[in-house]
Amino acid sequence: MEKKYLGQRVIRNEDPRILTGRGKYMADITYHNMLHAAFLRSDYPHAKLNSVDISAALEIPGVIAIYTAEDLGDYWHPGPVLVPAPHSIPGITANSRTQIPIVKDIIHHQGEVLAMVVAENRYIAEDALASIYVDSDPLDAVENVEAALKPGSPLVHEELGTNIATYVRQERGNFAECKTKADHVIHQKFIMDRGSAGAMENRGFCANWDEDAQQLTIHCNTQSPSGLRNSMAAWFGIPEQRVRVVVPFVGGGFGPKVMTNQPEEVLCTFASIKLHRPVKWLEDRAENFIGTTAERVQVHDCEIAFNKDGKVLGVRDSFLYDTGAFNPYTATIPLNTQTHTTGMYDIPVFLTEFTSVFTNKMICSPVRGAGRTYGVFVMERMLDMVARKLNVDPAKVREINLIAAEAKFPLETGIIAQDFAQFVLDSGNYPAVLKKAREMIGYEDFKKNQQPKFRAEGRYVGIGLVLFTENTGVGPYEGTKITVGNSGKVFASSIYGTQGQGHFTVFAQIVADQIGCKVEDVIIETGDTDKFAWGTGTFASRGATVLGNAYHHTATLVRAKILATASRLFNVPESELELGDGMVKVADMPDKFIKLGDLATKANPMRGTIKPGTEPGLEATGFYAPPYGATAYGAAAAIMEIDPLSFNIKFHKFIFVDDCGTVINPMILDGQLHGGIQMGVGNAYFEKLVYDENAQLLNGSLMDYLIPRATDMPTKMEIGHLNTPSPLNPLGIKGVGESGTIPIPPLYCQAIEDAFNLPDLFITEVPLSPSIVYSLVEEAKAKK
Amino acid sequence: MKPASFEYYAPRSLSEALEQISQVGDDGGKILAGGQSLVPAMNFRMAQPTALVDLNGISELFYVHPTDTGGLMIGAMTRDRVVELDENVKLRAPIIPECLHWLAHPTIRNRGTFGGALAHSDPAGQLPVVAAALQFNFKLQSKKSERWVNADEFFVSVYTTCLEADEILTAIEVPALDKRAGTSFQQVSRQSGESALVGVATLIELDDIGKIKDGRIAYMGVAEKPVMANAAMSLLKGNKPTNALIAEAIHATVTEELDPGADIHASVEYRRHLAQALGVKSVNEAIARAAK
Repeated sequence: MEKKYLGQRVIRNEDPRILTGRGKYMADITYHNMLHAAFLRSDYPHAKLNSVDISAALEIPGVIAIYTAEDLGDYWHPGPVLVPAPHSIPGITANSRTQIPIVKDIIHHQGEVLAMVVAENRYIAEDALASIYVDSDPLDAVENVEAALKPGSPLVHEELGTNIATYVRQERGNFAECKTKADHVIHQKFIMDRGSAGAMENRGFCANWDEDAQQLTIHCNTQSPSGLRNSMAAWFGIPEQRVRVVVPFVGGGFGPKVMTNQPEEVLCTFASIKLHRPVKWLEDRAENFIGTTAERVQVHDCEIAFNKDGKVLGVRDSFLYDTGAFNPYTATIPLNTQTHTTGMYDIPVFLTEFTSVFTNKMICSPVRGAGRTYGVFVMERMLDMVARKLNVDPAKVREINLIAAEAKFPLETGIIAQDFAQFVLDSGNYPAVLKKAREMIGYEDFKKNQQPKFRAEGRYVGIGLVLFTENTGVGPYEGTKITVGNSGKVFASSIYGTQGQGHFTVFAQIVADQIGCKVEDVIIETGDTDKFAWGTGTFASRGATVLGNAYHHTATLVRAKILATASRLFNVPESELELGDGMVKVADMPDKFIKLGDLATKANPMRGTIKPGTEPGLEATGFYAPPYGATAYGAAAAIMEIDPLSFNIKFHKFIFVDDCGTVINPMILDGQLHGGIQMGVGNAYFEKLVYDENAQLLNGSLMDYLIPRATDMPTKMEIGHLNTPSPLNPLGIKGVGESGTIPIPPLYCQAIEDAFNLPDLFITEVPLSPSIVYSLVEEAKAKK
Repeated sequence: MKPASFEYYAPRSLSEALEQISQVGDDGGKILAGGQSLVPAMNFRMAQPTALVDLNGISELFYVHPTDTGGLMIGAMTRDRVVELDENVKLRAPIIPECLHWLAHPTIRNRGTFGGALAHSDPAGQLPVVAAALQFNFKLQSKKSERWVNADEFFVSVYTTCLEADEILTAIEVPALDKRAGTSFQQVSRQSGESALVGVATLIELDDIGKIKDGRIAYMGVAEKPVMANAAMSLLKGNKPTNALIAEAIHATVTEELDPGADIHASVEYRRHLAQALGVKSVNEAIARAAK
């Protein structure tokens, strides 16, 4: 097979449309008789709702309807559990509570919906919100996960009698025994918080119920069109074949947009069914901060047992996870933490247990990195503790503990992953990634030659180098339909959501290589459930791996049809046919060829008959299902300087090494990593949703919630690759969408400590900020 | 995030605008200048003016003039970016373009106005402290009267000035600098274009033998309005500046006159550290420039 496009820096097929403003987003979706929704949201994180008085608001001209909980009738019920508990793990506790569309009696978090206004426009709808009177009695709220487990704590769900949502314990080996054999054991607590997904485009939803056709059409910027179709069909008792979900261009998803059955989705659909008119809602930023989902704090209690030569014998990690008021995704995030903690290290004994805790905050969902970041943070920090204790270079400690290059992959870890199968490392060369990172950053040269000079000048310049894994591309499956049209254009559709990853290009590259056409002649159609009905969605860095291989497989089926059809046409064996330049040619016979479009026309004759046992057209449908997720891995390293006045950070050098197996498009891969790294920088130094002790959000706008900007980033991110193909899929791909984000917080910690070089400066909590680093440095100096 | 309804006026002359604000000012009407702070506040419904009198169509309010006395006269509606790039401003009051560099981003400065940024009286704003250090004068006009006030009188509190409901800030006079004067603007913010955590604007005048004759140091981000570092100035005044004296003088202000608060971005201690470090840096730079 010719690989003309795979692995090339092909420029993006979708860019001309997006850059000239022809890309349709949710704000562009409109119907002539469309109504606009706005939601009255709770100011209190925890309260008893007594009444909602809508009478004055109903009088406002242009207000069409206002709905409260009672109006929903039988449609008022909690949403489904989207991801069940991992019941195959013995001894788990699993308490499930899911969100309801409108509060009926108890308010569980700030931002929960109390009423829905439907009006002729959003201005009027917001006027009406201001005229609704809510009577409620505030209750003590649960904010802190540690306090939530103490006796006497208020309860988020009174009837449960506890704030524990889920408890899962997994152990490889026997940690208690391992501890007694180690030369050293260090015990340390770590706290890591993560923030809003901060997508440029907030959520949007437009429901249009056609009473005549009994057909529901939904436009939504969801990451899971099929999940949304199925959930709305089930909620309202409509056959899913009568529910069409169309996803326009999406301005970033990052996790929260994968959550279905959200109150706004249910309510807009309900209103459209009631009113027989399209009802649209565009989430604004103020709503996004309190009414969507985010990822949040984990508190880790860790022990690491190691010998004086630096070899780690075992790790214990017991952590609390703040799941918010409801847990429709149950344990996906903390399971990801468990599976990613020991990473690419050979750590024979590993005890990991988590307690997921209900709090009076909005729902916790995966956000790019999705739990992996916490595991990597605590492991990398623990290795830095080992380095300090033994006075060994941190990179050396990592080298000592890596899984050897000669290891026999696949390696079983004994830990159950988010897909409820055992987490298996499929392939890799871990020492090679460390070696490459050290070379690229100039590790030895900096430590030996540069850093002493900076220190002599009184400058605070430090180096950090951390490693990570990213389990990607989990099941269940994806599928596609590929059609060669009479025009010669190749239409390749899937149900997959797309949120800016370059799908219109990378999948076109895979298809074009098989079909022998130009990459720009492959039209990727995504996210319309009427174009292709089967699949799950974009999450867990699975697009390239799972859908990429589905495209590849289906394209091979179409290729076979092309060859068979041309073979009959020219009456030559398939082995004498060549595909390329959008044509089928007979080898060594320059005048015998046919364009793909003409061949498609011939494959669909309007008279006569097609050969019995064949199908018309050049079209095929195919699927790919991975046996389990492929695991990418890599390293991040940086040399950074901390300004002793402001404690702002400047990068001298930043490098990233990644092994995601076969690379489809290095340019798009760079972009994925750049964006991921930027989110990691946010998690390290900028982004945190700050709540007061009563679970009230204190920074619910972009004025106070800081997202890193171009000026906060390294001016250059040097990216290096290793390419160890995954044996799990025909193309050898591993995912990469979240890799950039994962290792950045511990990288900052290590580099900042190295810059200040104070024995008592050891960072255990992120995100940091200039003010926090100032305090930590002052405290460490005072101890000196 | 849609504003509540309001009446909108688009006057074509100052006299028309003065007439309109005299009618709506007392009932919650507001002036619309560049709208870079007011419009977001309206979208959050934190501000709900009943009427807006839009000054963007009044050409007589857009100008930067050098004055005969060596200062500047700036029309209130002049865009921040225009002031920032003006050659006369660079020569006569270089601290203004220096501080404007920190005010949001160029795209916002293209729209935001010089008078608007002052009349907004943001405690973390750059122009109010510069106005306090350089003692800007403010021309306030109403339908009935016209008056001039200086910076000390103009800034009252957070988002509050001495402007009456029927008055419009129409011009700002930047006084001429002494021949042996130097200025400096310093600030620290979390990100480029973000509000200052702490900032300081300094004006120092030297005498013929290099002693500090006079000056003013104004802090932002530490109180509800610009805070004058009087303790520091009284220690500096009449003395030859040394590193020790400058540090001691700023320390006096930081400990005696500043009472910064804590918020989610900065602790009290960190703000004090910034106030000390930025104050010293700013005074040193102003002296070096004055000595040139």
